[in-house]
Amino acid sequence: MKFLFERDTWQEVYDSLTKNKLRTALTMVGVWWGILLLIGLLGSARGIENSFNRLFGSFATNSVFVWAQSTSKPFKGFQEGRQVQLKISDAKKIEENVEGIEFVVPRNQSQALVVHNFLSGNFGVNGDYPLLDQVQKKKMIQGRFINQTDIDENRKVVVISEEIYKQLFEKDAEMIGEYIQLNGMNFKVVGMFETGNANMGPSSDIHIPFTTFQQIYNMGENIGWMMITGKPEYDISQIETDAKLILRNLNKVHPEDNRAFGSFNLGKEFAKITGFLTGMQFLTWFVGIATLIAGVFAIGNILLITVKERTKEIGVRRALGATPFEIKRQVVLEAVFITLIAGLLGIISGGSLLMLLDSLYGQGDEAMLVNASVSISIVFVALIILIVLGTLIGLIPAFKATSIKPIDALREE
Amino acid sequence: MLKINKLHKSYPIGDSSLHVLKGIDLSVEAGEMVAIMGSSGSGKSTLLNIIGMLDEADEGEYILDNVPIKNLTEKKAAIYRNKFLGFIFQSFNLINYKNALDNVALPLYYQGLKRKERIEKGLFHLEKVGLKDWAHHLPNELSGGQKQRVAIARALAADPKLLLADEPTGALDTKTSHEIMDFIQSLNDEGKTILMVTHEEDIASMCKRIVRLKDGVIIEDTFVEQVRASQYV
Repeated sequence: MKFLFERDTWQEVYDSLTKNKLRTALTMVGVWWGILLLIGLLGSARGIENSFNRLFGSFATNSVFVWAQSTSKPFKGFQEGRQVQLKISDAKKIEENVEGIEFVVPRNQSQALVVHNFLSGNFGVNGDYPLLDQVQKKKMIQGRFINQTDIDENRKVVVISEEIYKQLFEKDAEMIGEYIQLNGMNFKVVGMFETGNANMGPSSDIHIPFTTFQQIYNMGENIGWMMITGKPEYDISQIETDAKLILRNLNKVHPEDNRAFGSFNLGKEFAKITGFLTGMQFLTWFVGIATLIAGVFAIGNILLITVKERTKEIGVRRALGATPFEIKRQVVLEAVFITLIAGLLGIISGGSLLMLLDSLYGQGDEAMLVNASVSISIVFVALIILIVLGTLIGLIPAFKATSIKPIDALREE
Repeated sequence: MLKINKLHKSYPIGDSSLHVLKGIDLSVEAGEMVAIMGSSGSGKSTLLNIIGMLDEADEGEYILDNVPIKNLTEKKAAIYRNKFLGFIFQSFNLINYKNALDNVALPLYYQGLKRKERIEKGLFHLEKVGLKDWAHHLPNELSGGQKQRVAIARALAADPKLLLADEPTGALDTKTSHEIMDFIQSLNDEGKTILMVTHEEDIASMCKRIVRLKDGVIIEDTFVEQVRASQYV
């Protein structure tokens, strides 16, 4: 391997490649394009994945939302069509009995006229436990989320989204400690969070303590719906099935009544998107590698022609004492060198392309591509693939170059 | 220096084969300057190629500098060619994208010499053929005579025991031919053994010994009074 570090080796490569610059450049286009495509597509796929992740990022993706509807089968003396009501105790039972549960968050929701000074609007109001913050991460801009003391003391406090703040408050007005009216009752604002990108279920802009909600809306033990989160290693679909089964049992619903409880399985939906993204990445690799192989073949092809043209020169070199190995090594080295340079140029232009895409589509909150990029390890893998392919394809013209006897090579005109 | 016994060589042509060399016996001592003559098809080029290890004999013995040359692998042949032989071709066979110096230094590259040494030796030999000032010119910037002198410098670069020349003046005009022959003679004067193939009588007469081939056999092998090329220059 010592020859790789000798100036002469590279001088020879340089001499023979610069002999026909246009052809060398055209040869490189194939591989350059392949790498550009691979990097560009992989980076874009990553960008789309990142933008999805940002969209869902605030949710624990391994979760399912469950709410009650009306029964569709008669059971234990009840007629079909009975409205089922979820209770806090249902949530507790699920937490105790279903395997793999991380959190069960009971929630209530209602509409309210919200007033602050002369500004007002009709918004959804949620009664929530502090636990919600674990399941649906709230990015607090100011203040805090609901805490346990709020729950214990049924405090009249409210946490609002930035969106609500913009609608109810003057620009840049102080709002922590301010009071807003919900259906005529004063609530102290204790926090403001960033408006979520994706809205799952009812609007989620105003949160008050769960117990306060119970009290002012006279809910008793009733709850509107619940969010169930599974531990990462558990299958959320199984948890969903188990939870619904327990709910049917507790609420005297026919075990096969599929309509009594509705649910939205975020985990399943997320898996679909993840699957789509995985498919897209697979396609990218497939297209990229196929283009690369085509490019490398083009290099092999051109080198084959070059070797044919240089038959006489190779004959002279052999008459002067070049061993067949030295000739082969030279040709393979040329192949690897062209492939590698083309690949590096492709990586550089691929990176520039991603930077361009990022500046065009990657800015702002609604960006289609978020941080479109390719990891260094993928770049290394691509380079190693190039070296291997370059070597393999270089072997064909290399053997061609030495297959002809020196005497015949010298006679070649 | 060189000893050949009962050398045979045939080339297959379709179903039959062409018997080109039919038992050649030749012995050349160090310091000789031999012209191999013959009409085309007489086998003179084939003989030179076998001596140059570019081709292999079917039968017979070939000993070069006490080393029997037989059953050579390509690698071994390459090493022997590099070590023992210097080639001068009719069409010069310089590598057109390398300058004169790099062309001359090429055999040294295959000998594994360091770049500095190669440049030093290459320049030395270019100076010897009077082209030191042309060292960095490409072959297409040189005249035919200059090209052949670069080729001779290249053949000399590895300091070979035997110089093989295949019609060295074949592509040159008479005046330039004489200059080249004068130079080759001076090399011989210094002790180099030289073997050349030619079909020109006046060029052959500038050697010290003429071997005539006809239909694959030696019909005449005479030592002659050398005509000095310098008298025409």
